Amino acid sequence: MSTTNYISKVVPDASAALEGLEDNMTVMFGGFGLCGIPENSITAIREKGTTGITCISNNAGVDDFGLGLLLHTRQIKKMIASYVGENDEFERQMLSGELEVELIPQGTLAERCRAAGAGVPAFYTPAGYGTEVAEGKEVRVFNGKPHILEHAFDAPFAFVKAWKGDKAGNLIFKGTARNFNPMMAMAGKVTVAEVEELVEVGELDPNSIHIPGIFVQRIFQGVGYEKRIEQRTVRAKSE
Amino acid sequence: MGLSKDQIAQRIAQELRDGWYVNLGIGIPTLVANHIPQGINVEFQSENGILGMGPFPFEGEEDADLINAGKQTITAMPGASFFSSELSFAMIRGQHVQLTVLGAMEVSDSGDIANWKIPGRMVKGMGGAMDLVASAENIIVAMQHTNRAGESKLLPECSLPLTGVQCVKKIVTDLAVLEVDPQRGFVLLERAPGVTVDEIQSKTAGRLVVEGEVPEMQL
Repeated sequence: MSTTNYISKVVPDASAALEGLEDNMTVMFGGFGLCGIPENSITAIREKGTTGITCISNNAGVDDFGLGLLLHTRQIKKMIASYVGENDEFERQMLSGELEVELIPQGTLAERCRAAGAGVPAFYTPAGYGTEVAEGKEVRVFNGKPHILEHAFDAPFAFVKAWKGDKAGNLIFKGTARNFNPMMAMAGKVTVAEVEELVEVGELDPNSIHIPGIFVQRIFQGVGYEKRIEQRTVRAKSE
Repeated sequence: MGLSKDQIAQRIAQELRDGWYVNLGIGIPTLVANHIPQGINVEFQSENGILGMGPFPFEGEEDADLINAGKQTITAMPGASFFSSELSFAMIRGQHVQLTVLGAMEVSDSGDIANWKIPGRMVKGMGGAMDLVASAENIIVAMQHTNRAGESKLLPECSLPLTGVQCVKKIVTDLAVLEVDPQRGFVLLERAPGVTVDEIQSKTAGRLVVEGEVPEMQL
């Protein structure tokens, strides 16, 4: 009898990872700005031509990179984000009414992802109390302080990007490229992880895993990472 | 006259205490890191997922995987750590970060803050600002006392959409240091060098409380 001691999540490439992705779905994309975004998956979705996407992502990319690529092809119907500057095409589509936009506080965005993956249907947070974010939401006072009720997201697909991953779907992130990727990996019913380096099981130290493979349904070796820098800030050597 | 942006940051840096974790917003708040007083150890948190944020990298050493919440390339100090957005905001909401410094378009004399949206203009979003102001125990606002039209940014009520209510504790402007007492209004603590109480009064639309001699800032 031949068995493996792990459940393989490997798919050959980005396009194979999109199986079951259909028009008008809600889809999560990891990343903060252009840092830690699933570049290969975004390109593959552009090529597949999936439309009517409701995107859950902290940001919307820039004009010619990241989710900006899917905005240009009008594949995104609605954007759920915390900050959407630095993108002219986004601004044009938002002002013309072609694109729906829902802005929510960054910590609430993160927690709504985590809650979705952790089986918590809703939670109270102080963020946004007394602002337009709280409109229509239940308010409850805990320890003398008002909080608003926020609900877990529901996303059939999540696309995340990690630094290293193994064939069982265990993930390790690098630097601040971790950001929204772990909790979106938890939240997706189908989570697709693309990695800079896909290794055999056993090669990653179990003590160092950031996201266990149980949260990842598909993993593939990414190619041609551009890893564009949005704001290149440096200091002189003399300082 | 009034303070330069760098001097506002310098004055705010005097509020830092040894052992504090501090979140600095974009703009003037970022400059606070350049003025940490001698003998004070603080760690800077950036809400995209780093504690122990260091200065900008040397040219050629930029790392696309190492940025701050303003999407600028940064470095990590010895002892730094990286984490997810969820854990980052757990630190913030859980009040593990002792001080938040951020900019504002308007502040009311009961401590409300507006800094994310101007009706009729492209709205970029609140980012982490609403989470930060709703939870931080100590919030200092760094801003100009008046807007470009010369109108006071310290108001009886904010006219712009709010970011948070009754949360601002202190304000450092180009003209003054003020403490917010939600019952009484803006309590004038210090004047910028050469700036009179009369000038501050004339440029403060909200309730201003002046108690005795108001000292000049020491920079």
